Amino acid sequence: MNAIMSRWLDDSRLMGIVFLAPATLYIVLLVGLPFITALLFSVSTATVGDASFNYVGLRNFAHVWQTPAFRDALVNTFSFTVVAQIITIVLANILAQLLTAPLPPRRSARIGMWIARMLLILPWATPLSLSVVGWLWMFDSKYSPIDYILREMALLGPDTVWGPANNLIWLGKPLLAKASIIFVHVWRMTPLATVILMAGLSSIPTDLLDQAEVDGSRYLRTLFQVKLPLVMPIMLISLLFGFIFTFGDLTVVYILTRGGPITHTLTLPMYSFLVGIDGGNLAQGAAVSLFIFPVLLLVAVVLLRTASRAEIR
Amino acid sequence: MATLTTTPTPAQGPRLIRVLRGTLYTTLVLFFCLLASSPFLVMGVVTFQTDQDLYKRGASPFDYEDMPTLEHLDNLFNDTRYLSFVRNSTLTGIAVVVVTLVLSLPAAWALARLTGRWGEHAGILMFIVYLVPPTLLFIPLFRIIVQLGLRDSLLSLILVYPSISVPFSTWLLMGFFKSIPPELEEAALVDGFNRYEAFWRVVLPLARPGVISVVVFTFTLTLHEFIYSLVFISSSEARTLSTGVPTELIRGDVFFWQPLLASALLVAIPVGLVYNLFLDRLVQGFTLGAVKG
Repeated sequence: MNAIMSRWLDDSRLMGIVFLAPATLYIVLLVGLPFITALLFSVSTATVGDASFNYVGLRNFAHVWQTPAFRDALVNTFSFTVVAQIITIVLANILAQLLTAPLPPRRSARIGMWIARMLLILPWATPLSLSVVGWLWMFDSKYSPIDYILREMALLGPDTVWGPANNLIWLGKPLLAKASIIFVHVWRMTPLATVILMAGLSSIPTDLLDQAEVDGSRYLRTLFQVKLPLVMPIMLISLLFGFIFTFGDLTVVYILTRGGPITHTLTLPMYSFLVGIDGGNLAQGAAVSLFIFPVLLLVAVVLLRTASRAEIR
Repeated sequence: MATLTTTPTPAQGPRLIRVLRGTLYTTLVLFFCLLASSPFLVMGVVTFQTDQDLYKRGASPFDYEDMPTLEHLDNLFNDTRYLSFVRNSTLTGIAVVVVTLVLSLPAAWALARLTGRWGEHAGILMFIVYLVPPTLLFIPLFRIIVQLGLRDSLLSLILVYPSISVPFSTWLLMGFFKSIPPELEEAALVDGFNRYEAFWRVVLPLARPGVISVVVFTFTLTLHEFIYSLVFISSSEARTLSTGVPTELIRGDVFFWQPLLASALLVAIPVGLVYNLFLDRLVQGFTLGAVKG
């Protein structure tokens, strides 16, 4: 008995299974099961009050697809995500270059850099729903501090380029509201993209950079022909995170506009929430959010493939 | 902030160019810092402004015409449920950290050591699960929570949040476990420990920095999460910070701006400090699993 016991205790494969089982079981129950439930909901008539299963085929998807609000949500979700990612990756590259530049060996420079890093990381560290409340104030229709600065710069107000009104009303006009939402996404994702890129830049072997310098390569040439190709895999990873966080985000739109004016800033997560939770129609809400899945899967597969291929080379 | 005047590549080129380059560098860094921190700077100003000062049309939103006041902070702590949000977030955070450690520590060890085909598949599964956004699952999970009778209970969040933290934590810990040589465990076996004792007494103490990172990451994650908290909890007593502040401190169209912005700032500063301290490890976790996993 004791011998069997000790054989079990020393069996590394058994231990692997025992150690892996709880996490795997948990994930199957809390991710796998809900995912299947979402699929079932989307082909049924489930509501909050009644979860009995009536199979209706793809009728929910067909119905959702024909709703103009859904079309707006689909287009917005894509355009917000893509535009925000492009701006984010450009800004993050500039910032990562700035922050990895060698500092003079002065204590003041190190302290300054520490403060800068603290300020730069804040958008990512703060719970998004709280920082977006800050932006709600920044974009306020009457008291917006941004409007105040524009007025002081004589860009806004009577007899100015963007006048004659005293306020831009950021969240009340379709184009400005879209721009505001994209801006907040960029603001939020840039710190993460930057630190991921910095990790990539710092892993480039220094002898490679020394070699480039010996060969007479100038700053920009080293940047574009040595550094950027080498950080490409990790840049794709940061794009992947940015894409998924932005595409699936409810917080920014929920707090800033709730999809308004009308449906000009509606996104898939917001629409899914409005239909499924506020409206109580679980079936159609699930159908809306399921449109997100194939897109995310495709993006994940393409970016990860490209990243791992870029790494082998 | 003149301390930031630095030259990216010291001792290169003539003095004038060096100075120009240093100035450009400082300007750019300051510009980004200002952009990143602008809402927080404004929060800091607004928190202490009187209503009269805040709602004066055309007046500068950046300085004080009236004496700064502590009235709104007092108001936030005594007349709102802010402290109860803080308590709920803290309780949820601690519970989720415990659940996450219990699930991900053994799983990470198994994935790091048992690099068979099974281990590989499970590793990929963890990555895919981390990429599943709450947006996709909140509707069926809402139904499940309602059926379990956990609506408006913090237990619903404690049950669901590890589905986000476990995959990430497992990656992060995998990296730490891989860096611990298996010979150490073998030596423990020779000393008469069984494999489980070896894990507990030899491996875990060595992975302490990883465990600390997981604690920090998981706690801040529960602080950040919005969708599940919004959907599962609708009673104001059980709200957490991330949903309580934007829903309870805004009533209809009435905004209590000073307490609202103060409450955001009070969370931002400590979390920002912690993130700054643990930045490198968090980044390692973010990229490690994706590139090497």
